[in-house]
Amino acid sequence: MTLTAFAFYVFASVAVAAGLMVILARNPVHSVLWLILTFFSAAGMMVLVGAEFVAMLLIIVYVGAVMVLFLFVVMMLDVDFTELKSGLAEYLPVGALIGLALLMELGLVLGHWVLADAAPGARAAAMPVPGDLANAPALGQIIYDRYIYAFQASGLILLTAMIGAIVLTLRHRAHVKRQNVLAQIHRTRAASVELKDVKPGQGI
Amino acid sequence: MDFFDTDLGTFIIILAQCLVVTVCILVSLAFLLLMDRKVWAAVQLRRGPNVVGPFGLLQSFADFGKFVLKEIVIPAGADRIVFLVAPLLTFVLAAISWAVIPFADGWVISDLNVGVLYIFAISSLGVYGVIMGGWASNSKYPFLGGLRSAAQMVSYEVSIGLIIIGVLISTGSLNLSDIVRAQDGDYGLLSWYWLPHFPMMIIFFISALAETNRPPFDLPEAESELVAGYQVEYSSTPYLLFMIGEYMNIVLMCAMTTLLFFGGWLSPIPGLPDGVLWMVLKIVFFFFIFAMVKAIVPRYRYDQLMRLGWKVFLPMSLGWVVIAAILAKYDVVGYARFATGG
Repeated sequence: MTLTAFAFYVFASVAVAAGLMVILARNPVHSVLWLILTFFSAAGMMVLVGAEFVAMLLIIVYVGAVMVLFLFVVMMLDVDFTELKSGLAEYLPVGALIGLALLMELGLVLGHWVLADAAPGARAAAMPVPGDLANAPALGQIIYDRYIYAFQASGLILLTAMIGAIVLTLRHRAHVKRQNVLAQIHRTRAASVELKDVKPGQGI
Repeated sequence: MDFFDTDLGTFIIILAQCLVVTVCILVSLAFLLLMDRKVWAAVQLRRGPNVVGPFGLLQSFADFGKFVLKEIVIPAGADRIVFLVAPLLTFVLAAISWAVIPFADGWVISDLNVGVLYIFAISSLGVYGVIMGGWASNSKYPFLGGLRSAAQMVSYEVSIGLIIIGVLISTGSLNLSDIVRAQDGDYGLLSWYWLPHFPMMIIFFISALAETNRPPFDLPEAESELVAGYQVEYSSTPYLLFMIGEYMNIVLMCAMTTLLFFGGWLSPIPGLPDGVLWMVLKIVFFFFIFAMVKAIVPRYRYDQLMRLGWKVFLPMSLGWVVIAAILAKYDVVGYARFATGG
């Protein structure tokens, strides 16, 4: 067994086991931590097939940013999850039914999956000439040359979504003291300090 | 076939390289820790540690013995496994980042073509050690420290990423060795990236302070309000692992500053030979600056920290990416190195 094969089996088995633990763990924080391990193993497998750029992006975006926020929220929740899980037997038949339906649908779809004659050719055409190109330049050539409009359009959609999220959640509360840094920097001694001569027994 | 060409041979070579790098870093860390304390003491007109060994040189080793021999206390309400995994994670993540750091031309364990992204990915994982430690302690101060650090590290990672993009635009490569080679020029010190990317070099350094939870941004462990933040419940070896991990990250950030902006192993004076010595000297110099900042600057307030990250650094670094891209496109001197070098 070569080192690569060994690494693949390690990553794959860890990914599957951690994926199982995500749904089996009793504590939701543990679930999130197992999910992080799953992502990490998936990234490891991507490195093994030579997609190191996507692997690093997976870790940076999902593990480094999205899951941190996820963990943040789950940690702050104060829900009694044992009570929540007590109705397991009650909901099990319905859940199993839904799962079965999904499985059947997937089976139906995959059972009739036929590759069109033109498909392998189209798939090959989407790739740039590999040559000595590494991952990042190759991806850059595809995204910024061939699919520039689609890429820009998806960027615009994301921007719209971001603005929408900000507009929906932003509220200006009155009576909140905010720090105005510029005003603080620009205040002068003359405007803020006054010398008073206080006479004994009189006060100001 | 030669033994070292087989799988086992390659494995043994890589293992030996990792061992050499780790041991070298751990040993130099012992003295860097002492240097940190000595600088801090000198600024405050104290002597610092001076009892163990000549000039207190063996102080870190004495501390090590103390940490290892003490009892590991696990709080009653703590999540035992996560509590112990957190410091291990911090230490391991800090150690594996060094795999892609080139100490001299070719002196690197793994010459990854996405080296910068690898460092970035691993350092973005570093926040989990802190959050897990804070949560698993099941105690108020650690939890607050964990929450603070989660928000802080994620915020400053954004600006660090954008600053790195500026350097990448100039180099046209994600490989750390290529970035250093692109800075090789006829003018020594003056051909490094700190000159063309000057404003970003300073922002990178400040963001590095925030990213490694160093003063003045050490809010996650602010001793005047949170006792020691996420480290409150830790003792003995787990605490030691946290501390070593933290210092390894600091030295890593010094190494990154050196590689990205100060020419890595290149010699500052044109005639002198390049080599690992320059790299080490530069790292020690930036560690000295880190220590001086800790000694001189008072701690930030948390809302000001967030304001600085999101409202000052993020727009500035984002704007610089655009400016650097334009300058590189029109091949202004010093901005587009991919055409000539690298």
